[in-house]
Amino acid sequence: MKGSLAVKLAPWIATIALFAFWEAACRIFNIPPFFLPPPSLVAKSFVEFWPAIYRNSLFTLSTTAIGFAMAVGFGLLLGLAVGWSRAIYAGVYPLMIGFNAIPKVAVVPILVLWFGIGFIPAVLTAFLISFFPIVVNVATGLATIEPELEDVLKALGASKLDIMRKVGIPRSLPYFFGSLKIAITLAFVGSVISESVASNTGIGNLMLQAQAQFQVPLIFAGLIALAVEGIAMYALMAWLETRMTGWAQRSGFAQA
Amino acid sequence: MTAFVALDDVSHVYGGAGGTLAVDGLSIHVNRGEFAAVVGPSGCGKSTLMKLATGLQFPFKGKVQVAGSLVSQPVKIAGMAFQAPTLLPWRTTLDNLLLPLEIVEPHRSRIRRHKAEYVVRAEALLASVGLDGQGDKYPWQLSGGMQQRASLCRALIHEPDLLMLDEPFGALDAFTREELWCVIRNLHAIRKITVVLVTHDLREAVFLADRVFVMSARPGRVLAERVVDLQRPRDLEVTYTPHFIDIVHELRAHIMQARQ
Repeated sequence: MKGSLAVKLAPWIATIALFAFWEAACRIFNIPPFFLPPPSLVAKSFVEFWPAIYRNSLFTLSTTAIGFAMAVGFGLLLGLAVGWSRAIYAGVYPLMIGFNAIPKVAVVPILVLWFGIGFIPAVLTAFLISFFPIVVNVATGLATIEPELEDVLKALGASKLDIMRKVGIPRSLPYFFGSLKIAITLAFVGSVISESVASNTGIGNLMLQAQAQFQVPLIFAGLIALAVEGIAMYALMAWLETRMTGWAQRSGFAQA
Repeated sequence: MTAFVALDDVSHVYGGAGGTLAVDGLSIHVNRGEFAAVVGPSGCGKSTLMKLATGLQFPFKGKVQVAGSLVSQPVKIAGMAFQAPTLLPWRTTLDNLLLPLEIVEPHRSRIRRHKAEYVVRAEALLASVGLDGQGDKYPWQLSGGMQQRASLCRALIHEPDLLMLDEPFGALDAFTREELWCVIRNLHAIRKITVVLVTHDLREAVFLADRVFVMSARPGRVLAERVVDLQRPRDLEVTYTPHFIDIVHELRAHIMQARQ
């Protein structure tokens, strides 16, 4: 089982190697810490500012989670509606694509105008940025039902709702759970954007303040905190995906 | 007495008036308990025939009757199987078999409370096609031939009066195909079910059917009708007898004509 051990260790080795390389480069080339601080300095400031990092991370995590939950609910419903009827599809799709093309950072000022700064715009930005892939994936799952199977069931007198319940929804679940991995990272990006522009709390705001005070190691500490949270949430979604739709992941490529 | 499945002078157009004619002036009568095969060049409207006879499509012109009544909605007494087994990968083979029972009455309202009874029935059906004890496996754990057997079981589980088969063995290797011919032959003999088999394999049609209909190129209509006067029960050996080969040749001549 040498191969599987290598696979297990690979992510740790790669990560440690990256940080080692970073540290070594900073020392060898004498890079000033206010330009690029070495990981050791970043770690030091991580410890030093831990209470602030912890508090702000929690804030970012909660705005992301709430925005994401809204996106899941809304995305699932809209995806089912779009997959249900060609008319709804034709009506909604251009609007959605247009909406998705708008950079969400441009929407934050409007949200601030309506709801003030802080929690609500962050949640809404996370929501707005992350529902699109869910809708598209759920609709795709429904659109790819085999016509023969539909015939088998229709000939028995199955209603559209029957076919949706017995075939359409289970069939679109792998697409749905796959899209959650994309959506959660997008939601995270949304939250941080909104915090950077219009908030007094959150990791985005923490990094902005650190920049204003020229505490470069703290900026990087914030980045690391974001990366760790992002990986954790992605891993949670990936775990959920394999747990819920193991039947769809049978190929040798499915070990993500 | 009218035939069990009766298409009279049926024309069907896809895409509304002015669209392409799929079948034109098509008349086919299949008696109760009869095994009918429909052969023809590709694109001759064989699949349209399937859809018309099961009430998935309604004729543009003409009359379709099944079991004595005019078809105006899905017939509900038909089981269907296609070239692709179309089993649901998230259900075990057994649960795939139970799917039609979750749709069609009276089973639909009973299946929750009488699950065990239906499971027994499904397992017996699986055993009858040589899939004993495979019910717990997922379809993707079965070979292509086994999946097709399971697909046939799914078409039969609600004990339909009419079995519609659309090139069900087209994707299988020659040996598996002949094995499944025998499975179908036995099912038909035991259940006295009416079968309509659409195929492009003439040997398959002659081996299985009581009567073979040859369809013309699009727009499809019946060019010739041939009663297969081979004694039942038929053994695979019959496919090497001169009489069998003569019938196949005769049908082949019709098909060649139809392709021109």
